[in-house]
Amino acid sequence: MSNLLPTSVSQQLADRARWRPLEFVFWLAALASVFLLPDRHLILTEIAILALFALSLDLILGYAGVISLGHAAYFGFGAYVAGLLAKYWIAEPVVGLIVGGLAAIVLGFVTSFLVLRGSDLTRIMVTLGVSLILREIANQAAWLTGGADGLQGITMGPILGLFEFDIAGHVSYAYSLIILFILFLFARRVVQSPFGLSLLSLKGNPLRSSAIGINVNWRLIAIYSVAAGFAGVAGALLAQTQSFASLDLFSFDRSADILLVLIIGGTGYLYGGMIGAIIFKLMQDWLANLTPQYWEFWIGLVLVLIVLIGRERMFALTAPIRNWIDRSGTRLWPRTGVPAGE
Amino acid sequence: MLTLLFDGIAYGMLLFVLACGLVITLGLMNFVNLAHGSFAMAGGYITVILVNRQGIPFFAALPLAFLASALIGVIFERALYAHVYAKSHLDQVLFTIGLVFMSVAAVDYTMGSQQQFIKLPETLQGQFHVFGVGIGKYRLLIIVLCGILTIALQFILARTRFGSRLRAAVDDPRVARGMGINVNAVFSITFAVGSGLAGLGGALGAEILGLDPLFPLKFMIYFLIVVTVGGTSSITGAFLASLLLGIADVAGKYYVPKFGAFVIYTIMIVVLIWRPQGLFTRTSAR
Repeated sequence: MSNLLPTSVSQQLADRARWRPLEFVFWLAALASVFLLPDRHLILTEIAILALFALSLDLILGYAGVISLGHAAYFGFGAYVAGLLAKYWIAEPVVGLIVGGLAAIVLGFVTSFLVLRGSDLTRIMVTLGVSLILREIANQAAWLTGGADGLQGITMGPILGLFEFDIAGHVSYAYSLIILFILFLFARRVVQSPFGLSLLSLKGNPLRSSAIGINVNWRLIAIYSVAAGFAGVAGALLAQTQSFASLDLFSFDRSADILLVLIIGGTGYLYGGMIGAIIFKLMQDWLANLTPQYWEFWIGLVLVLIVLIGRERMFALTAPIRNWIDRSGTRLWPRTGVPAGE
Repeated sequence: MLTLLFDGIAYGMLLFVLACGLVITLGLMNFVNLAHGSFAMAGGYITVILVNRQGIPFFAALPLAFLASALIGVIFERALYAHVYAKSHLDQVLFTIGLVFMSVAAVDYTMGSQQQFIKLPETLQGQFHVFGVGIGKYRLLIIVLCGILTIALQFILARTRFGSRLRAAVDDPRVARGMGINVNAVFSITFAVGSGLAGLGGALGAEILGLDPLFPLKFMIYFLIVVTVGGTSSITGAFLASLLLGIADVAGKYYVPKFGAFVIYTIMIVVLIWRPQGLFTRTSAR
């Protein structure tokens, strides 16, 4: 590929793709948490899964500009596929992840043709509709999925036949973190590639992108399917680490929550979902302790405030820190400085 | 069979009154308002409080529900929504989802999570038969009321000075301002009427649709389908879409109870594949 491009262009691409010191810090911190916070592994597992789910949404929202209100569809689908596989056929988790992810990719591919059509409004409706349909299917097919009671009786085998899941969640955290890291590397490769750049361009202006020879529809279909696969793996991870899957996985609240996670962290750069997941989970934990039944009120308030204050302005608050980081030559954020909206 | 059709029409009419405010804000003002159901819920709960606790007659409570929801609508529009009109669709979605969550939790906190029932007057209960077709009195009332409202709305939008101002303000706010139209006031009034109608729909629909704190979430998809299937260019399209949806939903739940919930989604998908811009549309979508 590189010898087809002029040197200056491939130089630029390589520059974009270079690992920055702060990224090493981030992942070293994640690795350290495995050893330093052993009694926090249950919530850390949830954070890792949430981060992977948010990463998947970032691929379509932050990079391709597709607003989805039903991303939980693929999350739940992956979870049910992995859960059923473990319950009836193969109890080995890694196989379950792969199968769950592939199933979600297929579902994402099929439904992407609906999402392509129309404006933001139609996309919102279709994505919401898809998740509701899946929920209804899972509800009606009670003989298979357990219906409203959820999918029970999943017993996971040891990972690769070597590592047994333990009750304190040490193994599941390490497992989730490794999967998150592997998929992050993949996502990083995708968005740094010319393909990733073309996504940004069609997010900016689909008409002009098609004028310079980008096949807008096929790129959207591709990234939508990949993102669905990521969500499917995240769902499969959840079903495996909790040995349970319920209708709640498809719910609108989950799709809305993940949107909030991503918005808190910032869209359009891969770390947004992960930082958002950490903040969201800690906030949720704290709010649920304050007002167990009504914590959604505060989540709603956070959303409203974020929009009223303005995401750009909130991002601007961190400008001094970012400038300092920029000066030290370790840019983690995208060059524009403003989170790419819409 | 005809009774089923009748129920379906009543249901569709109800959906239309609930959703037509959304057709205007979303279709004409191009503002994605997912919190529309919250205003409907407000109307429903206001009626519950008025009728069940204060003992105000049902027919007197309906206009009050309309006015109260319209008032809430104006307050929200001026205080909050006005700042969000110019933002991106993503911001509008986040903002209105936030409002939905807040309204759900707030109603849950103040009124409890159980389903609410409005005490209907005796005259509205039961049904009578015309040529062997069973007609529920309450449903007849809904059809008549909603029919009148629809005609009035269409008339206002198409024939009056306010209607043409609104359409001008939507087509090009800057030019409309230049021509001396107070665009902000026009939007405020429109938003108020839309919220008021939603409130009225919520009050009328409590009996048929059920009323609990999750109302805005449950019916969000219905409203969205009405708007997208109907197309966003006219309220006639939304009206026909509501009727189609209402009849299909009632018939689906009656004939194939197991798959009843899928009927509306199937319609949504078929329409989307067949006519991505909505069934009844004149201009291209924005």
